[in-house]
Amino acid sequence: MNESALLGKPRAISPAHVVDARAAFDKPLMLDCGVELSPYTIAYQTYGRLNADRSNAILICHALTMDQYVASPHPITGKPGWWVDGVGPGLTIDTDRYFVICSNVVGGCMGTTGPMDINPKTGKPYGLDFPVITIGDMVRAQAALLDYLGVPDLFCVIGGSMGAMQVLEWAAAFPKRVFTAVAIAGAARHSAQNIAFHEVGRQAIMADPNWMGGAYYAHGTRPTAGLAVARMAAHITYLSEAALHRKFGRNLQDRSRVTFGFDADFQVESYLRHQGSTFVDRFDANSYLYITRALDYFDLAAEHGGVLANAFRGTTTRFCVISFTSDWLYPTRESREVVRALNGVAANVSFVEVETDKGHDAFLLGEPHFEATLAGFIAGAAAHRGLAW
Amino acid sequence: MNGSPLRLDLQLIAEMVEPKTRVLDIGCGDGALLKHLALTKDVDGRGIELSPEGVAASVTQGLSVIQGDADTDLTDYPTGAFDYVVLSQTLPAVRRPKAVLLELLRIGKHALVSIPNFGHWRVRWSLMLGGRMPVTPIFAETWHETAIIHPCTIADFEALCRELDLAIVRRVAVRQDGNGSFETADTLVNLFAEQAVFLLGRG
Repeated sequence: MNESALLGKPRAISPAHVVDARAAFDKPLMLDCGVELSPYTIAYQTYGRLNADRSNAILICHALTMDQYVASPHPITGKPGWWVDGVGPGLTIDTDRYFVICSNVVGGCMGTTGPMDINPKTGKPYGLDFPVITIGDMVRAQAALLDYLGVPDLFCVIGGSMGAMQVLEWAAAFPKRVFTAVAIAGAARHSAQNIAFHEVGRQAIMADPNWMGGAYYAHGTRPTAGLAVARMAAHITYLSEAALHRKFGRNLQDRSRVTFGFDADFQVESYLRHQGSTFVDRFDANSYLYITRALDYFDLAAEHGGVLANAFRGTTTRFCVISFTSDWLYPTRESREVVRALNGVAANVSFVEVETDKGHDAFLLGEPHFEATLAGFIAGAAAHRGLAW
Repeated sequence: MNGSPLRLDLQLIAEMVEPKTRVLDIGCGDGALLKHLALTKDVDGRGIELSPEGVAASVTQGLSVIQGDADTDLTDYPTGAFDYVVLSQTLPAVRRPKAVLLELLRIGKHALVSIPNFGHWRVRWSLMLGGRMPVTPIFAETWHETAIIHPCTIADFEALCRELDLAIVRRVAVRQDGNGSFETADTLVNLFAEQAVFLLGRG
């Protein structure tokens, strides 16, 4: 632990070691749906420096509504990066030691090619002409980015939620390029309940008259009401009953009694409305449709003859699987299925269920046990990799 | 954890493990044995531990440990995946000792099992004269606190191995202070040893 960490003052990442860039690719990206996406762009950030052996790269895979601004202020909201407590000098993912890469997924709306970008065939935004993408497509695009950056393989690929699915896909699709894989609060497939919640969100967007069949870009409108409802419904699934009760209970919002109307009388209503209204400022509704679809289609066992263990047969990757007790979106049993499959091929795996009432989003909320476990796993893996500082 | 001496039975187990082998430690606690084996014998170690605290302590040290249960989670592992499967002081605490024992020798070429000896004279003394369940240095908890639900003697354990056709390759039986090792042929071992470590092979 370095001096500033001991003093409890995280150092900012030196601006000289932060790259905010876009990579343009002419070679088509072969998508699982059979379409070739070309040309395409990947927006990414990197922190720290690649060492001489090119052996210290960590790829962070973001969740559904996150983006590449993992440890830098968000350009639209101005808020700190989504994992600023975990990524930085002297932190769990130490940017003094590792070359950290985070890219916006294909289909996203923060600079990587997605439905709001121009379709070269029509000269207009893709809208629903954008091909349906998968978790596998996201990972292949990231692999292309690594080639572009001259990174032969990853010391670690890590992610929570949808990021965890990309991590598992990485380990299955490119086992030789992944030394360690850390899958947090994830699953090897989307459950019926997961798909059901996503369908509610998509229907909310599509029911908004401003959605216009996905072609709203040309009309200068956006389906913000529908997207906000989608976000509100999804946000409930990221929390837990206990956390909602602890934070809000039945407390009223800036009033002493109910109004006998449909204002946000309760704090929890006000909170959700705020979540919805701020989300629409930074997220494209069509991207939400496409990325939730990619999640729904994810089923790693089905991709490997119906047997999840087949996805990892012969793997030499060191795995770390972490779940949270109160996560009902991707509950512990889903992580345990992954662990069982890894044990079935005698893979090197660690698995920890972290006790917390913060629900699915616990991975973003700096749970101390989670951070300590993760830091220990990464340090142990670095020793096996022969990384020294 | 660091610097504190390894528990006696773990020391005996560690001595029986050949270097550069693959070891699965079931009920690995805070990972003390796995850490010791990694440092001294270059062993590729894995662990299973029931308590979240133990798992966190192990993984935080860089050990590969999963949260799991010996009674239910061993079936996942492929046959012959490890050179040694270790079960230290845990056998009397599992629900199905016989099934677990067979699983150890399916997953591992060898099993290393340590058991506290319920046949020790102090235990017999307590039960015979006091009429109370024994509380001794090795059975340190009262009957209502202890996790031991299947107490057994060295003779019981050896009888089970014979029944299951498991080969006892080596046995080290000791007093709790580590002194007074007993020879395999010693007939008094079941009376005077407080615990024993067995290296088992498939029969």
